[in-house]
Amino acid sequence: MTPWLLNIVQALLLISLAPLSAAVLKKMKARLQNRRGPGLLQSYRDLGKLFGKEPILPEGASWIFRLAPYIIFAATALACAIVPVLLVQTPLSAAADVITLVGLFALARFFTALGAMDIGTAFGGMGASREMTFSALAEPAMLMGVFVVSMAAESTNLSTMIHTMLNGHFGLRPSLAFALAALLLVAIAETGRIPVDNPSTHLELTMVHEAMILEYSGRYLALIEWANQMKLLLFMTLLLNLFCPWGIAEEKTAPALLFAAELLAFKSVFLLGLLALLETWMAKMRIFRLPEYLGTAFLIAILGMLTHYILEGTA
Amino acid sequence: MFFEMNEGIMSPSVIMLSGPALALFVCVASLALSKAKEIRNRITYLLIAISGAFTTAAGVMGLLSPPQQLLLPLGLPWLPMHLRLDPLAGFFMVVIGLLVTSVGIYSVGYLRSRAKTQNLTLLDISMSLFIVGMQGVVLADDAYTFMIFWELMSVASYFFVIFDHEREANRKAGFLYLLMAHLGALLILSSFSILYAAGKSFEFEVMRNVHLSSTWLSLVFLTAGLGFGLKAGIIPLHIWLPEAHPVAPSNASALMSGVMIKVAVFGFLRVIWDLVGLDQAQGWWGGLVLAAGSSSAVGGVLLALQQHNLKRLLAYHSVENIGIIAIGLGLAMIFAHFGQGDLAALGLVAALYHTLNHALFKGLLFMGAGAILHATHHRNLDHLGGLIRRMPVTAVLFLIGCISISALPPFNGFVSEWLTFQAALMAPKLENSPLAALIPFSAAMLALAGALTATCFIKVFGIIFQGTPRTSAVATAHEVNGWMLSGMALPALLCLILGISPVWVIPLIDQVSPTLLASNLERSLTGSHWLWLTPLSPERASYSPLIVLLTSLLAGLAAFLLHRRGKPVRHAPVWSCGHPDLNPRMQYTATSFSQPLRRIFSTIYQPHEEVSRLDHGNPLLVKRIRFSVHIQDLAWNLLYLPVKRTVEWLTRGTDWLQRRQIHGHLSLVFVTLLILLGFLI
Repeated sequence: MTPWLLNIVQALLLISLAPLSAAVLKKMKARLQNRRGPGLLQSYRDLGKLFGKEPILPEGASWIFRLAPYIIFAATALACAIVPVLLVQTPLSAAADVITLVGLFALARFFTALGAMDIGTAFGGMGASREMTFSALAEPAMLMGVFVVSMAAESTNLSTMIHTMLNGHFGLRPSLAFALAALLLVAIAETGRIPVDNPSTHLELTMVHEAMILEYSGRYLALIEWANQMKLLLFMTLLLNLFCPWGIAEEKTAPALLFAAELLAFKSVFLLGLLALLETWMAKMRIFRLPEYLGTAFLIAILGMLTHYILEGTA
Repeated sequence: MFFEMNEGIMSPSVIMLSGPALALFVCVASLALSKAKEIRNRITYLLIAISGAFTTAAGVMGLLSPPQQLLLPLGLPWLPMHLRLDPLAGFFMVVIGLLVTSVGIYSVGYLRSRAKTQNLTLLDISMSLFIVGMQGVVLADDAYTFMIFWELMSVASYFFVIFDHEREANRKAGFLYLLMAHLGALLILSSFSILYAAGKSFEFEVMRNVHLSSTWLSLVFLTAGLGFGLKAGIIPLHIWLPEAHPVAPSNASALMSGVMIKVAVFGFLRVIWDLVGLDQAQGWWGGLVLAAGSSSAVGGVLLALQQHNLKRLLAYHSVENIGIIAIGLGLAMIFAHFGQGDLAALGLVAALYHTLNHALFKGLLFMGAGAILHATHHRNLDHLGGLIRRMPVTAVLFLIGCISISALPPFNGFVSEWLTFQAALMAPKLENSPLAALIPFSAAMLALAGALTATCFIKVFGIIFQGTPRTSAVATAHEVNGWMLSGMALPALLCLILGISPVWVIPLIDQVSPTLLASNLERSLTGSHWLWLTPLSPERASYSPLIVLLTSLLAGLAAFLLHRRGKPVRHAPVWSCGHPDLNPRMQYTATSFSQPLRRIFSTIYQPHEEVSRLDHGNPLLVKRIRFSVHIQDLAWNLLYLPVKRTVEWLTRGTDWLQRRQIHGHLSLVFVTLLILLGFLI
């Protein structure tokens, strides 16, 4: 029973700390731009306010519009439970492997796009069209990227993959560098950050993700926003635990878990700092430059697979 | 076994033949009842549905029991009809049976209004012969029976394509279909003749044991592969499929797209895997199948994305899904070539699982397209919209089909793609060779195809069912009747069941592997738990759809309970940025939805765009603007038109032979005879 409990606790930890990580990012970005920025609890206050508000449903919205936020939230929350956060061996990561993880993200995106198409406004259609187009390029890149790690670990199970990365004494594995590069590019695209998408814009020509959720309000918006924050933290945890897992707890003891939590928090803040720097330093790309960006990620991931196959094959 | 307990009425041969016999009886019933139109429609299609149920039962029996053989005293005097029900045939009988049952129920409602005004005898008879033909191909145990039923299937389905023969486009599609079907049949016939020449017998039993040189074997592979590939719609042989499937009545196109192209997959398995045998296969065969599958998967979905005709779009998706099946088969062939029997079994099971899945969700989607057509009389996406309010049940069922085909958990499409990925990830187990280096590429193509499919079905569902109606016929559409809904509900339910319980289905499908590969997924069966799908080993990969489903339901429920209940929801008009009134024509259309992809992949589409505008003397004051875009299927321009031109050039070259008087022709006959006599001497 304890592993299940620990699994649920670490998933809840990820879910509840997601707004905080978004606030940390905002704060760091603001400091880099010589602003003071909102307080660290602002994300929680925003969510609380949205949950308390009366939602406004556009006329002509169908049940899909109301169902979609719950599916988006549930799929993302489940994804949080799959990824090992503090402990390597978790029962749920056996129930759903890394392909399922990508599938869950795809499910959440599918329903975000359906919610956007529901009213029939041009903004919704535009957002759905753009998001689905770019994700059609980003998703295979992500799959290929994690497959490189899977091939090295000989498993698609996230626990086993992290375990191998932790204990594998592989001399030089250039394929992992390719995988890391591809996954970094994809993570920025999937979480909708600059230079791919700007989460704080509402200009019709540049919106991608924001255009899809434009009609949402109240608790529905809160669920979607929260899911988005979860996705950001989740991608960071995934990248950190796959490529820099040192410190993660291998046995279920309180000191090990505490140490893992502290180290992970430190690593995430570092990664958030990098992201804040990137977002301050770069401008958003033109929409039609994005296929090149995502195509590059896809190509790098395929190169990683070929490198693994040719140089590191275990025939 | 339970079947052997009471011989006689429940004997295996009776079960085996009851499906085809009932389907054949439909012909008689339809002719006998030609006066009572409404009753006839109901009786014929219910009989077809029942025959489908019997076929499924026979298929399950074939999967579970040892092969049954049967000799029917029909056909040539020296060659009675050999039938055999082995696990491979049994699996495809299940695929045929399940969809025939659903389509039978659906057709009762779909054709009800048509049956009152139109004489549907031709449709009934060709439907019954078509189903018998498919079952006969699957059960055949000699080449002669196989070809007879193959032709029956092709010719009967020709009548579906030209059913609405008043329109010239349909007759043209029918001609193209017949031409390609016979080209395919000729190729298959030549592969059989090579095998016949070696063993001097039409029986498959003899053909299994013939020994041929590798050149002849490769020739068998190429002719059979091309022949069956033509029927299955592998790119670039797919050209007839998007023409023929959309013009047939929807119940028939559900069967053509759902099962008929699977019968071609069966034929390929029977001839190459069973008769020739993978132990005699050469390495490049699997590579070719894998490459063809990858190009079909991506090419099919790319072309589907730009279609506006719903049924045409679905037809292109059939090309894509056949590609995914071929990827699984190609992987299995490569693994078998390198002596990895259990990995080959994994590839085969993935391909067969996808075969079953595709039959179900493509049948469901084609039936859904028929329901939309029936209710609105529109098949162009850009004329539809907002149907989720007019046809709520159809919308739910269609959405299940969309999610399944987009390979999203927890539905069935995800399971088969998951299995295919697992097989592809075993590539490092093979020796280093250029052949095995193909595998990472095909995995990438599979991932790309899956993601593009989701994009395409957002477009399909969003444009058809969401937003507001774009035409008045759509705004007043009514939900279809109960027969049609239950015909669609059956495959929808099966999509969910197959998505949640792969652990129970895979051992059944795995019965096919020992007959083709001499190995199966045994290791996982002993080690697997009812909750966990572990195709190779628990450390390698595991997936538990039930836990995924339950946990996500729990999370959704938690999210629902998170907010204080009782908060009212206010309905308000959509904010239109101050524009006084929004109208349906301001919505995003299918054309605009796929515009970014059209731009990204413009080298493949080579879109031809036309904009014509009319203004009030100033380019800023637009009175009317018209935009049209056409995309190309590259296979036409690069492959078919040159062939057509060459054939025309050749026939023009022999024109002078035909422009003669009668004595000229007679002298030609005389000269030919003389030359032939010369050979005799």
